Amino acid sequence: MFKKIDRSSLLFLGGALAFFIVVQALISLNVLTAFWNTILRIGGVMAIVSIGLNLIYGFNGQFSLGQWGFYAIGAYSAADITYRWTNNASTDGLIVLLLIVLLVGTSILLLYRLLSRIRGLDALSAFTVYLLAAIGLSVASVQLGRVIAPPVNGLLQALPPDVATTIVFILAVLIGGLLAAEVSFLFGLPVLTLGSDYFGIATLGFTIIVKVLLDNSDTLLGFTEMKGARGMIGIPKVTSWFWVMFFLVLVLVITRNLIHSSTGRAIISVREDEIAAKAMGIDVGYFKTLTFVLGSLFAGLAGGLYAHVNGFLHPDTFNFIKSFDPMIIVVFGGLGSITGTVFASFAWALVLEGFLRLLLPSGFETWRFVVYPLLLLIMMLLKPNGLFGNFEMPYLRQILPPLRKKTSQPQSEGITVKEANV
Amino acid sequence: MSDFQFTPSPDGREEILRIEGLTKLFGGLRAVNNFSLQLHRGDLNGLIGPNGAGKTTVFNMITGVYTPTTGSIQFRGQEITGLEPFQINQMGIARTFQNIRLFPNLTVLDNVRIAYHPHAGYNLLDGIFRNERFQVKEKELTERAQEFLSVFGLEDRQGEIAKNLPYGEQRRLEIARALAAEPKLLLLDEPAAGMNPAETVALMDLIHFIRERFNLTILLIEHQMRVVMGICEYITVMDFGEVIARGTPAEIQANPRVVEAYLGPGAAALSEKFRRKKTV
Repeated sequence: MFKKIDRSSLLFLGGALAFFIVVQALISLNVLTAFWNTILRIGGVMAIVSIGLNLIYGFNGQFSLGQWGFYAIGAYSAADITYRWTNNASTDGLIVLLLIVLLVGTSILLLYRLLSRIRGLDALSAFTVYLLAAIGLSVASVQLGRVIAPPVNGLLQALPPDVATTIVFILAVLIGGLLAAEVSFLFGLPVLTLGSDYFGIATLGFTIIVKVLLDNSDTLLGFTEMKGARGMIGIPKVTSWFWVMFFLVLVLVITRNLIHSSTGRAIISVREDEIAAKAMGIDVGYFKTLTFVLGSLFAGLAGGLYAHVNGFLHPDTFNFIKSFDPMIIVVFGGLGSITGTVFASFAWALVLEGFLRLLLPSGFETWRFVVYPLLLLIMMLLKPNGLFGNFEMPYLRQILPPLRKKTSQPQSEGITVKEANV
Repeated sequence: MSDFQFTPSPDGREEILRIEGLTKLFGGLRAVNNFSLQLHRGDLNGLIGPNGAGKTTVFNMITGVYTPTTGSIQFRGQEITGLEPFQINQMGIARTFQNIRLFPNLTVLDNVRIAYHPHAGYNLLDGIFRNERFQVKEKELTERAQEFLSVFGLEDRQGEIAKNLPYGEQRRLEIARALAAEPKLLLLDEPAAGMNPAETVALMDLIHFIRERFNLTILLIEHQMRVVMGICEYITVMDFGEVIARGTPAEIQANPRVVEAYLGPGAAALSEKFRRKKTV
């Protein structure tokens, strides 16, 4: 019942597995120090964020600086879940957020079906409906979560602690991703109607709002464990190299399958020519929203992973200045090239945090922020299309279908168009 | 010409398009005023007029790019004013653009396959999981797209990037893409613009051919009189947003109002003089 796997897929999965095993072996044998281990994991996390951004900017053509805000949402929400589990042995964070994510997600899907039938509904009124539904269901989830949490708590306590923590961690990462996706849907609804540049500014605003909220997370939002601008500590450091690679490969496979499907082509057509896409029956608004939500989902997943790399989160990490990092990676690797994005992410982490930090004489470490922009400048002058341009590795490349047999040439009386061609 | 009479087709063909009292105001400018038009299945009609007469505005209103200020557009008996362009396309109206609007960085094949998206028959999740449904439908859709390309003599070009095609082939690809959406009504906005005489002749044959093969109704805007007079069965002439004449190509050529709209007041008398001279 399993179909033959084609060669490029085999090559890709084999390559990913080999890369994972080699690095894992080096880590296990202590050849790679904790320092390099962290840098590699950060590189993988960055690749996931940047693939999300490449979808939004590279494939759908929407200039977004909001990726970092969704990364932050994923990081903090996932961190809060695992923090409560490991430090307080309570699952209320997990259960409440799970309920919110599931209920709001379902309501969004249902409402989308309903509202799309209304002719001429403006984005703002639709937004109001979604927002009210989301707030109502969130309040209900908090109440419902209080009831469900204790029995689930008992169930998880019965498991071996390592297994339970891993389960909570995986759920936390997925919830972080979904939460970011749902927030991006609500935020994108009114904002995606804006043209590209204005959209960029609006998303930058979003990242700033998230950062300010996180600065005041203990007072304004009431999450004392997040400790606001002092930084959140005590998050379990459970993001291993395995989980980073697992999610990276998952995201790569999803992205590749998406891009080379009819949906993916519709997404790309919006970038190519919005007016022509509309005239060809493409619901431009839907595909912009879809891509934005998917890109944010990846950002949220990456955020959840990042939170458990160092076990420490600080609002400054999510400053809007940093939101240019994935943008730089995407452009550096080549807009619309997934291979380039993955490569550039690892290069970014290895060069900026790794080699430059080690190569520069002590006391001059901060000069890497001078060397790095210079490298970017030189790179852009030499290769404006990015490191990889349009290049993709075979697995990610589009396969051109074989030509049809000439015998099926349609027969028509009178002229055939081939004759009419000049 | 505002007293336009809607009539059933003499040979009982279905009414495809009925435009009634269509008006579009841009601020104080009356771009289109009280425009009416009727098309039956299989019609090949032309819409002509000097620059700025409002022809493209009419197209943009039919395809939903602009919402009419007043008036109604009915496509096969259904009101389509106020619908989104993509919805109108999915109902069966496709168009080409005055200045070619292909998806420039995509392959020729993908340009056509995108137009097929509403008929793809599989959704996002099928695509991500690459299930049986995806495999079957994707193959089917690709084959249909290739069939279209071969009809237009572009099958060898399927892997080429659209913007690298020569001009004539880009025009043909745009028409192929419009037809891939499986329309009932095709709107062609200056299909012969920028074509040399040989390419123009080929285009005229092509338009005839696709009408027969795909059972289409066609409305076209064109400035090259050779094309309009050569292929259109019925012509509507606009000037300053109003319809100034309707009729067969012969009637239009003889209409003094049309001649004056194109060449200025007094031109009609002059052309009449030349014509008499010729016949003498």
